[in-house]
Amino acid sequence: MAARTVTDPKELAIFEVRDLWAYYNEKPAIRKVSLKIPEKKITAIMGPSGCGKTTFIRCLNRLHELTPGASIKGEILLRDKNILEMDPVLVRRKIGMVFQRPNPFPTMTIYDNVIAGYKLLGVRLKREEADRIVEEALRKAALWDEVKDSLHKRGTYLSGGQQQRLCIARALAVKPEVLLMDEPTSALDPKSTAKIEELIVELKRSVTIVIVTHNIAQAGRVADYTAFFYLGELVEFGPTSEIFTVPKDPRTEEFLKGKFG
Amino acid sequence: MRAQDADRLFYYLCGGLALGLILLVIGIGLTLLWGSLPSIKAFGFKFLWGKVWDPVNEEFGALPFIVGTLITSFLALIITFPFAISSGIFLAEYAPPRIAGPLSALIELLAGIPSVIYGLWALFYLVPVVRWFEMRLGAPPFGLGLPTASLVLAIMILPYAASITREVLKMVPQELKEAAYGLGATRWEVIRGVCLPYASSGIVAGLVLSLGRALGETMAVTMVIGNRSEMPTSFWDLANTMASVIANEFTEASKDIHLAALIEVGLLLFVITLLVNILARMVIIRLKVK
Repeated sequence: MAARTVTDPKELAIFEVRDLWAYYNEKPAIRKVSLKIPEKKITAIMGPSGCGKTTFIRCLNRLHELTPGASIKGEILLRDKNILEMDPVLVRRKIGMVFQRPNPFPTMTIYDNVIAGYKLLGVRLKREEADRIVEEALRKAALWDEVKDSLHKRGTYLSGGQQQRLCIARALAVKPEVLLMDEPTSALDPKSTAKIEELIVELKRSVTIVIVTHNIAQAGRVADYTAFFYLGELVEFGPTSEIFTVPKDPRTEEFLKGKFG
Repeated sequence: MRAQDADRLFYYLCGGLALGLILLVIGIGLTLLWGSLPSIKAFGFKFLWGKVWDPVNEEFGALPFIVGTLITSFLALIITFPFAISSGIFLAEYAPPRIAGPLSALIELLAGIPSVIYGLWALFYLVPVVRWFEMRLGAPPFGLGLPTASLVLAIMILPYAASITREVLKMVPQELKEAAYGLGATRWEVIRGVCLPYASSGIVAGLVLSLGRALGETMAVTMVIGNRSEMPTSFWDLANTMASVIANEFTEASKDIHLAALIEVGLLLFVITLLVNILARMVIIRLKVK
Protein backbone atom coordinates (compact mmCIF):
# COMPACT_ATOMS: atom_id res chain seq x y z
CA MET A 1 0.00 0.00 0.00
CA ALA A 2 2.98 2.25 0.24
CA ALA A 3 2.62 3.23 -3.39
CA ARG A 4 -0.84 4.63 -2.78
CA THR A 5 -0.08 6.96 0.06
CA VAL A 6 -0.10 10.70 -0.33
CA THR A 7 1.97 13.33 1.42
CA ASP A 8 -0.11 12.68 4.46
CA PRO A 9 0.35 8.95 5.04
CA LYS A 10 -3.14 8.59 6.52
CA GLU A 11 -4.85 9.36 3.19
CA LEU A 12 -5.34 6.84 0.42
CA ALA A 13 -4.54 7.93 -3.12
CA ILE A 14 -7.12 7.26 -5.84
CA PHE A 15 -4.89 8.58 -8.62
CA GLU A 16 -1.20 8.14 -8.91
CA VAL A 17 0.44 10.09 -11.70
CA ARG A 18 3.97 9.00 -12.61
CA ASP A 19 6.33 10.95 -14.86
CA LEU A 20 3.54 12.41 -16.97
CA TRP A 21 4.41 14.29 -20.12
CA ALA A 22 1.73 15.84 -22.31
CA TYR A 23 2.35 17.40 -25.70
CA TYR A 24 0.68 19.55 -28.31
CA ASN A 25 2.36 18.84 -31.65
CA GLU A 26 5.54 17.56 -29.89
CA LYS A 27 5.66 20.69 -27.73
CA PRO A 28 5.50 19.68 -24.08
CA ALA A 29 2.76 21.33 -22.01
CA ILE A 30 3.23 19.04 -18.99
CA ARG A 31 6.77 18.14 -18.01
CA LYS A 32 7.42 15.03 -15.95
CA VAL A 33 4.70 15.52 -13.36
CA SER A 34 4.35 12.97 -10.57
CA LEU A 35 1.54 13.35 -8.09
CA LYS A 36 -0.80 11.35 -5.88
CA ILE A 37 -4.36 12.52 -5.55
CA PRO A 38 -6.12 11.50 -2.32
CA GLU A 39 -9.53 9.86 -2.34
CA LYS A 40 -12.67 11.74 -1.24
CA LYS A 41 -10.74 14.95 -0.86
CA ILE A 42 -10.63 18.14 -2.86
CA THR A 43 -7.38 18.73 -4.67
CA ALA A 44 -6.84 22.11 -6.28
CA ILE A 45 -4.56 22.54 -9.27
CA MET A 46 -3.38 26.13 -9.12
CA GLY A 47 -1.07 28.25 -11.23
CA PRO A 48 -0.85 31.16 -13.66
CA SER A 49 -2.40 31.07 -17.15
CA GLY A 50 -0.65 28.71 -19.50
CA CYS A 51 0.99 26.66 -16.76
CA GLY A 52 -0.62 23.45 -17.98
CA LYS A 53 -3.21 22.99 -15.26
CA THR A 54 -6.11 22.46 -17.66
CA THR A 55 -3.99 20.16 -19.81
CA PHE A 56 -3.15 18.19 -16.67
CA ILE A 57 -6.72 17.42 -15.67
CA ARG A 58 -7.67 16.76 -19.28
CA CYS A 59 -5.08 13.98 -19.14
CA LEU A 60 -6.82 12.45 -16.14
CA ASN A 61 -9.91 11.56 -18.20
CA ARG A 62 -8.04 11.31 -21.50
CA LEU A 63 -9.84 14.26 -23.04
CA HIS A 64 -6.44 15.73 -23.87
CA GLU A 65 -5.90 13.34 -26.73
CA LEU A 66 -9.06 14.52 -28.52
CA THR A 67 -7.16 17.66 -29.50
CA PRO A 68 -5.53 17.11 -32.89
CA GLY A 69 -1.78 16.69 -32.49
CA ALA A 70 -1.94 16.01 -28.75
CA SER A 71 -0.19 13.10 -27.05
CA ILE A 72 0.57 11.75 -23.57
CA LYS A 73 3.53 9.83 -22.11
CA GLY A 74 3.89 8.37 -18.64
CA GLU A 75 1.55 6.56 -16.27
CA ILE A 76 -1.72 7.55 -14.66
CA LEU A 77 -2.86 4.90 -12.20
CA LEU A 78 -6.50 4.92 -11.14
CA ARG A 79 -6.63 2.48 -8.21
CA ASP A 80 -3.41 0.88 -9.47
CA LYS A 81 -4.68 0.48 -13.06
CA ASN A 82 -3.01 2.54 -15.77
CA ILE A 83 -5.79 4.47 -17.50
CA LEU A 84 -3.50 5.22 -20.44
CA GLU A 85 -3.75 1.54 -21.31
CA MET A 86 -7.52 1.40 -20.91
CA ASP A 87 -10.24 2.24 -23.44
CA PRO A 88 -10.63 6.02 -23.11
CA VAL A 89 -14.41 5.69 -23.33
CA LEU A 90 -14.45 3.46 -20.24
CA VAL A 91 -12.08 5.81 -18.40
CA ARG A 92 -14.42 8.74 -19.01
CA ARG A 93 -17.39 6.83 -17.63
CA LYS A 94 -15.60 6.60 -14.28
CA ILE A 95 -14.28 10.14 -14.27
CA GLY A 96 -16.75 12.98 -14.68
CA MET A 97 -15.89 16.46 -15.86
CA VAL A 98 -17.29 19.94 -15.40
CA PHE A 99 -16.03 22.55 -17.83
CA GLN A 100 -15.02 26.18 -17.67
CA ARG A 101 -18.17 27.42 -19.32
CA PRO A 102 -21.52 25.80 -18.53
CA ASN A 103 -22.29 23.53 -21.47
CA PRO A 104 -25.68 21.85 -21.04
CA PHE A 105 -26.90 20.20 -24.24
CA PRO A 106 -29.11 22.86 -25.85
CA THR A 107 -31.27 20.33 -27.67
CA MET A 108 -32.24 18.55 -24.43
CA THR A 109 -34.54 19.32 -21.52
CA ILE A 110 -33.21 19.73 -17.97
CA TYR A 111 -34.37 16.17 -17.24
CA ASP A 112 -32.65 14.74 -20.31
CA ASN A 113 -29.50 16.70 -19.62
CA VAL A 114 -29.18 15.04 -16.21
CA ILE A 115 -29.52 11.54 -17.65
CA ALA A 116 -27.54 12.42 -20.79
CA GLY A 117 -24.78 10.06 -19.65
CA TYR A 118 -27.26 7.19 -19.98
CA LYS A 119 -29.15 8.47 -23.01
CA LEU A 120 -26.08 9.11 -25.14
CA LEU A 121 -24.77 5.65 -24.38
CA GLY A 122 -28.10 4.11 -25.29
CA VAL A 123 -28.73 2.74 -21.78
CA ARG A 124 -32.45 2.19 -21.30
CA LEU A 125 -33.70 3.26 -17.90
CA LYS A 126 -37.07 2.43 -16.42
CA ARG A 127 -39.21 5.48 -15.86
CA GLU A 128 -39.04 5.34 -12.05
CA GLU A 129 -35.33 4.63 -12.12
CA ALA A 130 -34.67 7.61 -14.39
CA ASP A 131 -36.84 9.81 -12.17
CA ARG A 132 -34.89 8.69 -9.13
CA ILE A 133 -31.49 9.29 -10.75
CA VAL A 134 -32.56 12.74 -11.94
CA GLU A 135 -33.87 13.79 -8.53
CA GLU A 136 -30.86 12.41 -6.70
CA ALA A 137 -28.35 14.09 -9.00
CA LEU A 138 -30.18 17.42 -8.94
CA ARG A 139 -30.42 17.30 -5.15
CA LYS A 140 -26.70 16.57 -4.90
CA ALA A 141 -26.04 19.51 -7.20
CA ALA A 142 -28.30 21.73 -5.02
CA LEU A 143 -30.51 22.50 -8.00
CA TRP A 144 -33.58 20.34 -7.33
CA ASP A 145 -35.66 22.96 -5.53
CA GLU A 146 -35.10 25.52 -8.27
CA VAL A 147 -35.95 23.31 -11.23
CA LYS A 148 -38.28 20.57 -9.96
CA ASP A 149 -41.27 22.26 -11.62
CA SER A 150 -39.58 22.88 -14.93
CA LEU A 151 -37.76 19.62 -15.56
CA HIS A 152 -39.08 19.43 -19.07
CA LYS A 153 -37.93 22.85 -20.14
CA ARG A 154 -34.72 23.34 -22.05
CA GLY A 155 -31.61 23.54 -19.89
CA THR A 156 -30.45 26.65 -21.69
CA TYR A 157 -33.26 28.72 -20.09
CA LEU A 158 -31.48 28.56 -16.74
CA SER A 159 -29.08 31.21 -15.45
CA GLY A 160 -25.33 30.67 -15.84
CA GLY A 161 -24.88 29.44 -12.28
CA GLN A 162 -27.86 27.11 -12.55
CA GLN A 163 -26.56 25.79 -15.85
CA GLN A 164 -23.24 24.99 -14.23
CA ARG A 165 -24.98 23.15 -11.40
CA LEU A 166 -26.98 21.29 -14.06
CA CYS A 167 -23.67 20.24 -15.61
CA ILE A 168 -22.49 19.08 -12.20
CA ALA A 169 -25.71 17.06 -11.83
CA ARG A 170 -25.14 15.59 -15.29
CA ALA A 171 -21.65 14.50 -14.29
CA LEU A 172 -22.82 13.09 -10.93
CA ALA A 173 -25.74 11.18 -12.43
CA VAL A 174 -23.44 8.50 -13.85
CA LYS A 175 -21.86 8.03 -10.40
CA PRO A 176 -18.23 8.79 -11.23
CA GLU A 177 -15.39 7.97 -8.88
CA VAL A 178 -13.70 11.27 -9.58
CA LEU A 179 -15.10 14.64 -10.60
CA LEU A 180 -12.75 16.89 -12.55
CA MET A 181 -13.60 20.57 -12.56
CA ASP A 182 -11.88 22.93 -14.96
CA GLU A 183 -12.23 26.45 -13.51
CA PRO A 184 -15.94 25.79 -12.95
CA THR A 185 -16.70 29.29 -11.65
CA SER A 186 -14.62 31.44 -13.96
CA ALA A 187 -17.65 32.35 -16.09
CA LEU A 188 -19.95 33.01 -13.11
CA ASP A 189 -20.86 35.94 -10.89
CA PRO A 190 -19.70 36.01 -7.21
CA LYS A 191 -23.03 34.79 -5.84
CA SER A 192 -23.18 31.77 -8.13
CA THR A 193 -19.52 31.15 -7.42
CA ALA A 194 -20.13 31.02 -3.68
CA LYS A 195 -22.99 28.59 -4.20
CA ILE A 196 -20.87 26.28 -6.33
CA GLU A 197 -17.97 26.39 -3.88
CA GLU A 198 -20.34 25.44 -1.08
CA LEU A 199 -21.56 22.58 -3.24
CA ILE A 200 -18.05 21.36 -4.00
CA VAL A 201 -17.22 21.09 -0.30
CA GLU A 202 -20.49 19.22 0.24
CA LEU A 203 -19.71 16.79 -2.59
CA LYS A 204 -16.39 15.53 -1.30
CA ARG A 205 -18.21 13.19 1.03
CA SER A 206 -19.23 11.10 -1.96
CA VAL A 207 -16.67 11.80 -4.68
CA THR A 208 -13.03 12.73 -5.16
CA ILE A 209 -12.70 16.20 -6.65
CA VAL A 210 -9.87 17.69 -8.66
CA ILE A 211 -10.45 21.36 -9.35
CA VAL A 212 -8.43 23.64 -11.57
CA THR A 213 -8.40 27.26 -10.51
CA HIS A 214 -6.30 30.32 -11.10
CA ASN A 215 -8.06 31.91 -8.18
CA ILE A 216 -5.85 31.58 -5.10
CA ALA A 217 -8.63 32.45 -2.70
CA GLN A 218 -10.82 29.73 -4.16
CA ALA A 219 -8.15 27.09 -3.68
CA GLY A 220 -7.77 28.32 -0.10
CA ARG A 221 -11.51 28.13 0.54
CA VAL A 222 -12.30 24.70 -0.84
CA ALA A 223 -9.21 22.54 -1.27
CA ASP A 224 -7.73 20.02 1.16
CA TYR A 225 -4.66 19.67 -1.02
CA THR A 226 -3.15 22.09 -3.46
CA ALA A 227 -0.74 21.54 -6.32
CA PHE A 228 1.08 24.52 -7.77
CA PHE A 229 1.97 24.28 -11.46
CA TYR A 230 4.32 26.59 -13.26
CA LEU A 231 5.38 26.36 -16.94
CA GLY A 232 4.19 22.77 -17.19
CA GLU A 233 6.01 21.58 -14.10
CA LEU A 234 4.64 20.63 -10.72
CA VAL A 235 6.43 23.03 -8.40
CA GLU A 236 4.87 22.05 -5.13
CA PHE A 237 2.16 19.79 -3.77
CA GLY A 238 0.82 19.36 -0.25
CA PRO A 239 -1.98 20.08 2.19
CA THR A 240 -3.47 23.48 1.31
CA SER A 241 -2.74 24.91 4.75
CA GLU A 242 0.96 24.12 4.35
CA ILE A 243 1.23 25.40 0.79
CA PHE A 244 -0.44 28.63 1.78
CA THR A 245 1.42 29.28 5.02
CA VAL A 246 4.87 27.77 4.53
CA PRO A 247 5.52 27.34 0.81
CA LYS A 248 8.79 25.58 0.19
CA ASP A 249 9.45 26.99 -3.25
CA PRO A 250 10.06 30.72 -3.85
CA ARG A 251 7.92 30.58 -7.03
CA THR A 252 4.91 29.39 -5.03
CA GLU A 253 5.44 32.19 -2.58
CA GLU A 254 5.65 34.77 -5.33
CA PHE A 255 2.49 33.46 -6.96
CA LEU A 256 0.62 33.58 -3.66
CA LYS A 257 1.76 37.16 -3.15
CA GLY A 258 0.33 37.98 -6.54
CA LYS A 259 3.61 38.78 -8.29
CA PHE A 260 2.60 36.89 -11.41
CA GLY A 261 -0.53 35.22 -12.66
CA MET B 1 -17.93 65.97 -48.44
CA ARG B 2 -18.16 65.31 -44.74
CA ALA B 3 -17.74 61.87 -43.22
CA GLN B 4 -21.40 61.69 -42.27
CA ASP B 5 -22.47 62.42 -45.83
CA ALA B 6 -20.30 59.61 -47.12
CA ASP B 7 -21.88 57.33 -44.56
CA ARG B 8 -25.38 58.35 -45.65
CA LEU B 9 -24.47 57.91 -49.29
CA PHE B 10 -23.17 54.43 -48.60
CA TYR B 11 -26.34 53.62 -46.66
CA TYR B 12 -28.58 54.63 -49.55
CA LEU B 13 -26.34 52.89 -52.09
CA CYS B 14 -26.45 49.55 -50.24
CA GLY B 15 -30.11 49.89 -49.38
CA GLY B 16 -30.99 50.84 -52.94
CA LEU B 17 -29.14 47.94 -54.49
CA ALA B 18 -30.65 45.50 -52.00
CA LEU B 19 -34.10 46.86 -52.74
CA GLY B 20 -33.34 46.57 -56.45
CA LEU B 21 -32.82 42.82 -56.01
CA ILE B 22 -36.20 42.41 -54.41
CA LEU B 23 -37.83 44.51 -57.13
CA LEU B 24 -36.15 42.32 -59.72
CA VAL B 25 -37.73 39.19 -58.25
CA ILE B 26 -41.12 40.87 -58.08
CA GLY B 27 -40.60 42.03 -61.65
CA ILE B 28 -39.92 38.49 -62.84
CA GLY B 29 -43.04 37.29 -61.09
CA LEU B 30 -45.15 40.04 -62.66
CA THR B 31 -43.73 39.39 -66.14
CA LEU B 32 -44.61 35.73 -65.83
CA LEU B 33 -48.08 36.62 -64.61
CA TRP B 34 -48.58 39.07 -67.46
CA GLY B 35 -47.35 36.61 -70.07
CA SER B 36 -49.57 33.83 -68.82
CA LEU B 37 -52.77 35.92 -68.59
CA PRO B 38 -54.27 34.52 -71.87
CA SER B 39 -53.78 30.98 -70.58
CA ILE B 40 -55.13 31.82 -67.13
CA LYS B 41 -58.22 33.39 -68.71
CA ALA B 42 -58.77 30.42 -71.03
CA PHE B 43 -58.27 27.57 -68.56
CA GLY B 44 -58.57 29.05 -65.06
CA PHE B 45 -57.75 26.66 -62.25
CA LYS B 46 -58.36 23.70 -64.53
CA PHE B 47 -54.82 24.35 -65.75
CA LEU B 48 -53.54 22.98 -62.42
CA TRP B 49 -55.28 19.63 -62.55
CA GLY B 50 -55.81 19.21 -66.28
CA LYS B 51 -54.14 15.99 -67.38
CA VAL B 52 -54.07 16.69 -71.10
CA TRP B 53 -51.42 18.80 -72.78
CA ASP B 54 -52.34 18.99 -76.44
CA PRO B 55 -50.93 21.98 -78.36
CA VAL B 56 -52.61 20.86 -81.59
CA ASN B 57 -56.11 21.02 -80.14
CA GLU B 58 -55.18 23.91 -77.84
CA GLU B 59 -55.95 22.07 -74.66
CA PHE B 60 -53.50 22.69 -71.86
CA GLY B 61 -53.32 21.10 -68.41
CA ALA B 62 -50.08 21.18 -66.44
CA LEU B 63 -50.65 18.32 -64.01
CA PRO B 64 -48.34 15.82 -65.81
CA PHE B 65 -45.45 18.28 -65.49
CA ILE B 66 -46.20 19.18 -61.88
CA VAL B 67 -46.28 15.48 -61.06
CA GLY B 68 -43.11 14.82 -63.07
CA THR B 69 -41.26 17.62 -61.31
CA LEU B 70 -42.37 16.61 -57.83
CA ILE B 71 -41.66 12.89 -58.34
CA THR B 72 -38.19 13.36 -59.78
CA SER B 73 -37.20 16.04 -57.24
CA PHE B 74 -38.38 14.21 -54.15
CA LEU B 75 -36.99 10.89 -55.38
CA ALA B 76 -33.67 12.63 -56.01
CA LEU B 77 -33.77 14.03 -52.49
CA ILE B 78 -34.52 10.62 -50.98
CA ILE B 79 -31.73 8.98 -52.99
CA THR B 80 -29.25 11.73 -52.13
CA PHE B 81 -30.13 11.91 -48.42
CA PRO B 82 -28.10 8.93 -47.08
CA PHE B 83 -25.08 9.81 -49.21
CA ALA B 84 -25.18 13.48 -48.26
CA ILE B 85 -25.54 12.80 -44.53
CA SER B 86 -22.88 10.14 -44.41
CA SER B 87 -20.34 12.02 -46.48
CA GLY B 88 -21.06 15.17 -44.45
CA ILE B 89 -20.50 13.28 -41.20
CA PHE B 90 -17.39 11.62 -42.54
CA LEU B 91 -15.84 14.88 -43.71
CA ALA B 92 -16.74 16.83 -40.57
CA GLU B 93 -16.04 14.23 -37.89
CA TYR B 94 -14.01 11.27 -39.08
CA ALA B 95 -11.67 12.24 -41.91
CA PRO B 96 -8.27 13.54 -40.84
CA PRO B 97 -7.70 17.14 -42.05
CA ARG B 98 -5.22 15.99 -44.70
CA ILE B 99 -7.97 13.98 -46.40
CA ALA B 100 -10.99 16.09 -45.48
CA GLY B 101 -9.70 19.22 -47.24
CA PRO B 102 -9.08 17.79 -50.70
CA LEU B 103 -12.14 15.54 -50.48
CA SER B 104 -14.45 18.44 -49.64
CA ALA B 105 -12.99 20.42 -52.52
CA LEU B 106 -13.62 17.49 -54.85
CA ILE B 107 -17.23 17.17 -53.77
CA GLU B 108 -17.75 20.90 -54.23
CA LEU B 109 -16.19 20.57 -57.67
CA LEU B 110 -19.09 18.29 -58.62
CA ALA B 111 -21.36 21.31 -58.21
CA GLY B 112 -19.38 23.20 -60.82
CA ILE B 113 -19.84 20.68 -63.62
CA PRO B 114 -22.21 22.10 -66.24
CA SER B 115 -25.63 20.54 -66.26
CA VAL B 116 -25.41 19.52 -69.91
CA ILE B 117 -22.39 17.34 -69.11
CA TYR B 118 -24.38 15.49 -66.46
CA GLY B 119 -27.06 15.05 -69.09
CA LEU B 120 -24.63 13.65 -71.64
CA TRP B 121 -23.05 11.33 -69.12
CA ALA B 122 -26.47 10.11 -68.02
CA LEU B 123 -27.49 9.53 -71.63
CA PHE B 124 -24.45 7.39 -72.35
CA TYR B 125 -23.92 5.59 -69.04
CA LEU B 126 -26.95 5.87 -66.81
CA VAL B 127 -29.52 5.06 -69.50
CA PRO B 128 -28.00 1.64 -70.36
CA VAL B 129 -27.70 0.79 -66.66
CA VAL B 130 -31.33 1.70 -65.99
CA ARG B 131 -32.38 -0.21 -69.10
CA TRP B 132 -30.53 -3.28 -67.87
CA PHE B 133 -32.42 -3.11 -64.59
CA GLU B 134 -35.71 -2.52 -66.37
CA MET B 135 -35.18 -5.63 -68.49
CA ARG B 136 -34.44 -7.72 -65.40
CA LEU B 137 -37.49 -6.37 -63.64
CA GLY B 138 -39.79 -6.81 -66.60
CA ALA B 139 -40.48 -3.10 -67.00
CA PRO B 140 -40.60 -1.39 -70.41
CA PRO B 141 -36.89 -0.96 -71.26
CA PHE B 142 -36.88 2.74 -72.11
CA GLY B 143 -33.74 3.52 -70.18
CA LEU B 144 -35.02 7.06 -70.14
CA GLY B 145 -37.76 8.42 -67.90
CA LEU B 146 -38.52 9.09 -64.26
CA PRO B 147 -35.91 6.75 -62.65
CA THR B 148 -33.05 8.01 -64.81
CA ALA B 149 -34.00 11.66 -64.29
CA SER B 150 -34.25 11.13 -60.54
CA LEU B 151 -30.85 9.45 -60.44
CA VAL B 152 -29.08 12.18 -62.37
CA LEU B 153 -30.78 14.81 -60.21
CA ALA B 154 -29.69 12.97 -57.08
CA ILE B 155 -26.09 13.08 -58.26
CA MET B 156 -26.37 16.74 -59.18
CA ILE B 157 -27.73 17.90 -55.82
CA LEU B 158 -25.44 15.69 -53.73
CA PRO B 159 -22.60 18.23 -53.53
CA TYR B 160 -24.94 20.91 -52.14
CA ALA B 161 -26.52 18.65 -49.57
CA ALA B 162 -23.18 17.11 -48.56
CA SER B 163 -21.23 20.32 -48.17
CA ILE B 164 -23.99 22.04 -46.21
CA THR B 165 -24.23 19.01 -43.90
CA ARG B 166 -20.48 19.18 -43.40
CA GLU B 167 -20.57 22.92 -42.73
CA VAL B 168 -23.34 22.78 -40.14
CA LEU B 169 -21.75 19.80 -38.38
CA LYS B 170 -18.51 21.73 -38.14
CA MET B 171 -20.39 24.53 -36.40
CA VAL B 172 -21.36 22.31 -33.46
CA PRO B 173 -19.47 23.86 -30.51
CA GLN B 174 -16.44 21.86 -29.39
CA GLU B 175 -17.50 22.28 -25.75
CA LEU B 176 -20.74 20.36 -26.36
CA LYS B 177 -18.86 17.53 -28.00
CA GLU B 178 -16.37 17.47 -25.13
CA ALA B 179 -19.23 17.37 -22.63
CA ALA B 180 -20.50 14.24 -24.35
CA TYR B 181 -17.05 12.66 -24.63
CA GLY B 182 -16.56 13.47 -20.96
CA LEU B 183 -19.60 11.33 -20.16
CA GLY B 184 -17.98 8.37 -21.86
CA ALA B 185 -19.74 8.58 -25.21
CA THR B 186 -18.06 7.08 -28.26
CA ARG B 187 -17.59 9.14 -31.38
CA TRP B 188 -20.72 7.75 -33.00
CA GLU B 189 -22.71 8.38 -29.80
CA VAL B 190 -21.49 11.98 -29.74
CA ILE B 191 -22.50 12.44 -33.38
CA ARG B 192 -25.90 10.84 -32.91
CA GLY B 193 -26.75 12.33 -29.52
CA VAL B 194 -25.24 15.80 -29.76
CA CYS B 195 -24.04 16.83 -33.22
CA LEU B 196 -26.95 15.68 -35.37
CA PRO B 197 -29.68 17.12 -33.10
CA TYR B 198 -27.76 20.39 -32.86
CA ALA B 199 -27.24 20.58 -36.61
CA SER B 200 -30.67 19.27 -37.63
CA SER B 201 -32.13 22.62 -38.65
CA GLY B 202 -29.11 23.39 -40.78
CA ILE B 203 -29.23 19.98 -42.40
CA VAL B 204 -32.92 20.41 -43.20
CA ALA B 205 -32.11 23.79 -44.69
CA GLY B 206 -29.41 22.22 -46.84
CA LEU B 207 -31.73 19.51 -48.07
CA VAL B 208 -34.43 22.00 -48.96
CA LEU B 209 -31.93 24.15 -50.78
CA SER B 210 -30.98 21.05 -52.75
CA LEU B 211 -34.65 20.34 -53.38
CA GLY B 212 -34.99 23.86 -54.76
CA ARG B 213 -32.18 23.13 -57.19
CA ALA B 214 -33.73 19.84 -58.21
CA LEU B 215 -37.12 21.45 -58.89
CA GLY B 216 -35.68 23.93 -61.32
CA GLU B 217 -32.96 21.81 -62.93
CA THR B 218 -33.60 21.82 -66.66
CA MET B 219 -30.91 20.66 -69.05
CA ALA B 220 -29.83 17.30 -67.67
CA VAL B 221 -33.40 16.31 -66.88
CA THR B 222 -34.66 17.30 -70.32
CA MET B 223 -32.03 15.03 -71.87
CA VAL B 224 -33.03 11.89 -70.02
CA ILE B 225 -36.66 12.17 -68.95
CA GLY B 226 -38.12 11.15 -72.29
CA ASN B 227 -40.24 14.27 -72.85
CA ARG B 228 -43.63 12.65 -72.95
CA SER B 229 -46.38 15.09 -72.05
CA GLU B 230 -48.75 12.54 -70.62
CA MET B 231 -49.57 11.69 -67.08
CA PRO B 232 -47.00 9.11 -65.87
CA THR B 233 -48.77 5.91 -64.86
CA SER B 234 -45.83 3.96 -63.48
CA PHE B 235 -42.46 4.54 -61.90
CA TRP B 236 -40.73 3.47 -65.13
CA ASP B 237 -42.66 5.85 -67.38
CA LEU B 238 -41.35 8.52 -69.67
CA ALA B 239 -42.42 11.93 -68.44
CA ASN B 240 -41.76 15.64 -68.51
CA THR B 241 -41.02 18.18 -65.83
CA MET B 242 -42.13 21.79 -65.72
CA ALA B 243 -38.65 22.97 -66.58
CA SER B 244 -38.11 20.44 -69.36
CA VAL B 245 -41.41 21.13 -71.12
CA ILE B 246 -40.62 24.83 -71.23
CA ALA B 247 -37.13 24.16 -72.59
CA ASN B 248 -38.47 21.74 -75.17
CA GLU B 249 -41.47 23.58 -76.51
CA PHE B 250 -40.71 27.25 -76.08
CA THR B 251 -38.91 27.68 -79.40
CA GLU B 252 -41.57 25.73 -81.27
CA ALA B 253 -44.63 27.32 -79.77
CA SER B 254 -46.26 29.06 -82.73
CA LYS B 255 -49.65 29.78 -81.19
CA ASP B 256 -50.08 32.53 -78.64
CA ILE B 257 -52.09 30.35 -76.32
CA HIS B 258 -49.38 27.65 -76.36
CA LEU B 259 -46.80 30.26 -75.45
CA ALA B 260 -49.00 31.63 -72.68
CA ALA B 261 -49.54 28.13 -71.31
CA LEU B 262 -45.78 27.53 -71.21
CA ILE B 263 -45.27 30.83 -69.42
CA GLU B 264 -47.94 29.80 -66.94
CA VAL B 265 -45.98 26.58 -66.31
CA GLY B 266 -43.02 28.84 -65.59
CA LEU B 267 -45.13 30.90 -63.20
CA LEU B 268 -46.16 27.71 -61.41
CA LEU B 269 -42.55 26.59 -61.08
CA PHE B 270 -41.67 30.04 -59.74
CA VAL B 271 -44.43 29.85 -57.12
CA ILE B 272 -43.67 26.25 -56.11
CA THR B 273 -39.97 27.00 -55.64
CA LEU B 274 -40.87 30.07 -53.59
CA LEU B 275 -43.29 28.05 -51.43
CA VAL B 276 -40.71 25.31 -50.86
CA ASN B 277 -38.22 27.90 -49.66
CA ILE B 278 -40.74 29.59 -47.37
CA LEU B 279 -41.70 26.21 -45.94
CA ALA B 280 -38.04 25.42 -45.35
CA ARG B 281 -37.53 28.65 -43.48
CA MET B 282 -40.50 27.88 -41.27
CA VAL B 283 -39.08 24.42 -40.52
CA ILE B 284 -35.72 25.95 -39.69
CA ILE B 285 -37.24 28.51 -37.33
CA ARG B 286 -39.22 25.80 -35.54
CA LEU B 287 -36.26 23.44 -35.19
CA LYS B 288 -33.81 26.13 -34.26
CA VAL B 289 -31.87 25.57 -31.06
CA LYS B 290 -32.90 28.08 -28.37
